Amino acid sequence: MNWKTNSRTARTATCRSCRPFGPHGVRHPAKTLLGTCLPYSLLLPVLLLFSCEREERPLVVQPPLAQDASLPQISDLVPGPKHNKGPSVANPDENNSWMMAEGKRFYEAYNCVGCHAHGGGGMGPALMDEKWIYGYEPQQVYATIVEGRPNGMPSFRGKISNDQLWEIVAYVRSLSGLANQWAANARDDHIKGGSPPNSIPEGTPHNSSEPQPR
Amino acid sequence: MSAAEFQSALNPAASESAHIAHLWWIFFWVTLVIFALVAVFLFIAILRNLRRVPDDPERAIIPEPAQATESRATKVVSALVVITVLILFALLIGDFFTGNAIYATPDPKALAIKVTGHQWWWEVQYQDPQPSEIVTTANEIHVPVGKAVKLELQSTDVIHSFWVPNINGKKDLVPGHPTTTWFTARRAGEFRGQCAEYCGEQHAHMRMVFVAEPPDAFSNWLSAQKKPAPEPSSDSQRRGREVFLASQCVMCHTIQGTKARATLGPDLTHIGARKMIAAGELPNTRGYLAGWILNAPALKPGVRMPPNQMSADDLNALLDYLESLK
Repeated sequence: MNWKTNSRTARTATCRSCRPFGPHGVRHPAKTLLGTCLPYSLLLPVLLLFSCEREERPLVVQPPLAQDASLPQISDLVPGPKHNKGPSVANPDENNSWMMAEGKRFYEAYNCVGCHAHGGGGMGPALMDEKWIYGYEPQQVYATIVEGRPNGMPSFRGKISNDQLWEIVAYVRSLSGLANQWAANARDDHIKGGSPPNSIPEGTPHNSSEPQPR
Repeated sequence: MSAAEFQSALNPAASESAHIAHLWWIFFWVTLVIFALVAVFLFIAILRNLRRVPDDPERAIIPEPAQATESRATKVVSALVVITVLILFALLIGDFFTGNAIYATPDPKALAIKVTGHQWWWEVQYQDPQPSEIVTTANEIHVPVGKAVKLELQSTDVIHSFWVPNINGKKDLVPGHPTTTWFTARRAGEFRGQCAEYCGEQHAHMRMVFVAEPPDAFSNWLSAQKKPAPEPSSDSQRRGREVFLASQCVMCHTIQGTKARATLGPDLTHIGARKMIAAGELPNTRGYLAGWILNAPALKPGVRMPPNQMSADDLNALLDYLESLK
């Protein structure tokens, strides 16, 4: 019958040791934790200050108002040293990583890549060098896309919505480092969907004029 | 029809979902019986010990059991543990056979459909060895009853998951990694599919219409889809086509038979024949279509289709044209 007494004593001792101000004077674990965390928790308001400048992604895009009224007017279309720069327009999309990533998506989707490639140029001039035939200011790039330019650049007036146009302008300018460097993307905002060449399932080679063997 | 019928894994319409539903009911009844037994014995234990409220504070709350009681309890608990392991093992075997039945090698002559997930809609392409016979549509899948169907799943942006609960379990659409799933529909019906992997703002509204129909009805539907868009038959429809081709619609959408060949948004060749618009979210009526064209982000915040400005006459003509695309 000895083990019964022993176990009861042990149970009581365990209970005492976990009391905050028990006879053994053991500090409560929760209190120790608080004492450690308090200095760090003072840093929290400082960290919260950073989140004041949170990037906002507009989920609901406002419908465009008078579309043509906002277009900057550039009088001469001839390339040369004396451009009419038009009224200067600040493009807020150039400070926003998301907007520039969207601009890149539209740049590919609307087939800017067909002529300008991914900035290196091809049928159209390169966009990642320092040469700008029709001006590098945001409103000039905007006007070039909207109005079109001689020697092949088509007019996209009415084809691309205003918000998307400014996103494309921001992306195009970021190609040569003119947009905010802190916001410019080092990679795509989304993953490319195509399958890697060596992961395509094997097919049976056959003549294209005949139906595929099953 | 309530949602319990057209979007429920317990209302199977295909061989695969029937296997899954069968397994689900086995699990349900086994666990229900065990839960009831546990609850009964728990109440018996509570009731038996209610009388033994200790009045002596020094006395242990749980009295030390007698040696005989203790050894009997040990035997009972050990036996129950063994039974639990056996039951779980039996369920595991049932699960294994269900999985085997679902993933068994399917019919090589299956109808192949390529489903591509986009933020936030489904591109559906009926494969054919002849490129001119390939049919592209969006957010609506028709399959023939009784024929094996192979779904080739891929994504262009983020991970989505294809899930029509009445047909089969979920299968992820992973960018850069094509996946495959198989099923055979067993009865006709109209069901709802849903993206089952969080993919962005409109994930919850990324749905699709799934129609299982008799083989005759299916081949009629498919041959209608293979045709290019019908020519406009009235002045208003003709003007609508001009509006479509001259405005920003043409930058993202395809209408087969016209110059609109962009692939950023859903194919609109036969949009008039679809039951729903906006990825299975809104019924395909003139009013919803007009609202969607003018300001889609107001109906589905975050959607990639921008708001469009259009005069009332142009809009009416465009709606006439789109509704004629049966």
